[in-house]
Amino acid sequence: MTLKAAVIVFPGSNCDRDVKVALEASSGAEPAMVWHGDGTLPDCDLIVLPGGFSYGDYLRSGAMAATSPIMRAVVAAAKRGTRLLAICNGFQIAAEAGLLPGVLMPNASLKFVCKDVLLRVESSESPFTRNYAAGDVVRMPIAHRDGNYFASENELDALENHDLVAFRYCDADGALSPAANPNGSARNIAGIFNRGRSVLGMMPHPERLADARLGGVNGKAMFDGLLAALA
Amino acid sequence: MSTGTPPETAPDAETIAAHGLNEEEYALIEKRLGRAPNMTELGIFSVMWSEHCSYKSSRIWLKKLPTEAAWVICGPGENAGVIDIGDGQAAIFKMESHNHPSYIEPYQGAATGVGGIMRDIFTMGARPIANMNALRFGDPAHPKTRHLVSGVVAGIGGYGNCMGIPTIGGECNFHSAYDGNILVNAMTVGLADKERIFYSAATDVGHPVVYVGSKTGRDGIHGATMASAEFDEDSADKRPTVQVGDPFTEKLVLEACLELMATDAILAIQDMGAAGLTCSSVEMVSKGGTGLELDLDRVPTREVGMTPYEIMLSESQERMLMVLEPGSEDSARKVFEKWQLDFAIVGRITDTGRMVLKSGNTIVGDLPVGPLVDDAPIYERPYTEHALPAPLPTAELASAEAPMEVLRKLMASPDLCAKRWVWEQYDHMVMADTIVRPGGDAGVVRVHGSQKGLAISTDCTPRYCAAHPETGGAQAVAETWRNLTAVGATPLAITDCLNFGNPERPEVMGQFVGCIKGMAEACRALDYPVVSGNVSFYNETNGVGILPTPAIGGVGMIADIDRMARIAFANAGEQILVIGETRGHLDASIFAREILGREDGPPPPVDLASERRNGDFVRALIEAGRITTCHDISDGGLLVAVAEMCLAALADGREIGAAIDLPDAGMPVHGWLFGEDQARYIISADAVSAKTIIEDGGKANIPIKVIGLSGGATLTLGGTDAISLRELQRVHEDWLPKYMEA
Repeated sequence: MTLKAAVIVFPGSNCDRDVKVALEASSGAEPAMVWHGDGTLPDCDLIVLPGGFSYGDYLRSGAMAATSPIMRAVVAAAKRGTRLLAICNGFQIAAEAGLLPGVLMPNASLKFVCKDVLLRVESSESPFTRNYAAGDVVRMPIAHRDGNYFASENELDALENHDLVAFRYCDADGALSPAANPNGSARNIAGIFNRGRSVLGMMPHPERLADARLGGVNGKAMFDGLLAALA
Repeated sequence: MSTGTPPETAPDAETIAAHGLNEEEYALIEKRLGRAPNMTELGIFSVMWSEHCSYKSSRIWLKKLPTEAAWVICGPGENAGVIDIGDGQAAIFKMESHNHPSYIEPYQGAATGVGGIMRDIFTMGARPIANMNALRFGDPAHPKTRHLVSGVVAGIGGYGNCMGIPTIGGECNFHSAYDGNILVNAMTVGLADKERIFYSAATDVGHPVVYVGSKTGRDGIHGATMASAEFDEDSADKRPTVQVGDPFTEKLVLEACLELMATDAILAIQDMGAAGLTCSSVEMVSKGGTGLELDLDRVPTREVGMTPYEIMLSESQERMLMVLEPGSEDSARKVFEKWQLDFAIVGRITDTGRMVLKSGNTIVGDLPVGPLVDDAPIYERPYTEHALPAPLPTAELASAEAPMEVLRKLMASPDLCAKRWVWEQYDHMVMADTIVRPGGDAGVVRVHGSQKGLAISTDCTPRYCAAHPETGGAQAVAETWRNLTAVGATPLAITDCLNFGNPERPEVMGQFVGCIKGMAEACRALDYPVVSGNVSFYNETNGVGILPTPAIGGVGMIADIDRMARIAFANAGEQILVIGETRGHLDASIFAREILGREDGPPPPVDLASERRNGDFVRALIEAGRITTCHDISDGGLLVAVAEMCLAALADGREIGAAIDLPDAGMPVHGWLFGEDQARYIISADAVSAKTIIEDGGKANIPIKVIGLSGGATLTLGGTDAISLRELQRVHEDWLPKYMEA
């Protein structure tokens, strides 16, 4: 069994190769790299919207990519239940495309920030997080200027009531302190699912710590889990 | 054929002076043209003969630098230097300054500096894999410093992050000598297939010249001339000469170029950097021994009504010029259209040896290519030798301050404090090959898909260069070599970015000459040639020059990334050893400056033979897997180095302190702890290994001394004086963010 994955490449995507390498390392299969202008998706079990600066973040992060030709097919596939992993700029695009609630605003510091952060796994009930246990504290890097998750109080309550928060920024003990929140995100939210738990949007980069030589493998569990769930 | 369009009236003296040309230079232009130049031609001569493009003050001295080794594929003269790293692969790298623009408009100045150096790298067919930078700012108390730091760091991040190239390290220092003239030096390293390196020489007569990338606008006109003059109070008025960067477009240009380079369509390629279309086209045909005809009406422009002068001198960013294989125009056009970039055939290569510019049916410029390059004036500027200062009397370097108190102050000083505030704004992990993140001795990136690593370090100690240029030049080279060695890399070659004041002043020229001499000596002794570089003169404001700052960027190879060393202590209970001799040299040290308020005296001597011997010994230990913890001793001396090793461990989640012994009788305590003697490393090893390392060192004539033991939650000195690691971390980390928030 192999994992059939498609990584969408927008003009300005720059983590497309990184996620391809991580997928290959876990699944042994090469994902399809799909140019945004193509408009059609190959047959796949998993779509990845990778990190980067699609369209240079001009207008608003993710806003222009959300309207690119391939996104009609991506949205349609996601609505049919094809799994979609949206990382960093991918999360911004997915939110702009209406696949996930809320928006990613500029960081509270107004600065780009690149560092490892600690995340508390909030739900293992998904093909993305099945290899983690709820309450686990894992380390992953962030690298963004616009990662400050914002949604209305009602939307935030709904996310929590339906157990749709995937990850929250936390300290070493799993506590949700303001100091552990690197960008000002509402309720320390780092990643969320859609209602069907088939879409995960997250600011941290699991693909960047999926190789022991890079300093950690907490991200690898996500790709291994996707393989186990979908292949 | 017409021979150009003579102007109705010859340019007046004021116009000539405004173009940075002196009377003799202008007379030579008239002689070569056989007539007066028109404005476009004058502008072209002006930028081609500017210091920035012609190296007229430095050229004779740069020739003294060694540039060859068995592994050098291409030395200075191309867009960047190229070295062989085995397995059919090449590393391509260069460092360049963007000082003046960054002072005038810090965000865009720094951003376009980064964009420009990356373009130099991918022009040669390499995918950039790492960025570094060397930054010098003024006194933290100067009212402009905070604004400049903030803008420069954001600009570097803004460009590199968007391009998706990790920025893995660099330097960031402060000194009042840079108050009116900061230094922003950016370096990029790229990876290419050794058999597919692209050069700029346009040799193929009749072939099409193609313009790709962004449109040409009115920005950056005369940037190269600005970079070749001193600053004064009106320099802020030069803001329009600063270019505006668009990293998104450059990312597209990068991908489009690499896509086209995978085919055989490109015969020659040159990026448009300083002096834009002028410099790129002249370089291509002068190297190829050809000529060219350009139709300026075909150049994509951002606005209508741009004059030939503006088109030729614009420094709009993200543009490339290439000569294509005839017949490949359509396939090339498709690639650039896919990436939504402009693509225009703007001319063709000729055999005339002339650059002919057309607009409509008119020839608007017609210049001989040879004189633009070969006749550029070369000056043998007078210089004064800088003698080695006498050592300061020992008593003047004494201090009553307790060593631990000194350590606290040094670790919180602007030059030695943690630079996390800076490098957390750079994406240092994208491309998922960053093996050593910022904050160590050298940044290390994995060669994608292999076990090989490239180590990169930028270094310079300007106060040593000011004290004695020759020693300082040698030390800058040696320090990069040592930093590469400390991670276990074999140093291969350097790029340099030589930042100095006004070369027309003999003392400044003497600093330049001295630094070059020292660098050359170190490069030879360490088998470590210069493969690319850049000279930036006129770094002064109102007649006050910067400290001489020859920033060196070194690149080394790690054969196996599982056999390398890191700065953080790995285990408690290990012996801490110093490799190399400690004499206690405090003159021109950070201790002298920060604690005693003195900046005089000679720099520490650089003994290149012991530098090489000690370094080769340390590297062999790392390669053999005998040690995994290593740090070089530089600014601040031994105790600062140990403190950095403890703090690196703490940042990795290991609380490993150190207990350090006081020196033997006869050695002053401050000199022992804070002296900046060169060619030294700190390593740690268990007692059994340490014993054999000391024995091996004895046989190889390497001075090695046990100075303490790793472990505990404190850094302790002489068994009693202690500081907790948490407290040390707080002082070290706090200064910069607090300063920036103030």
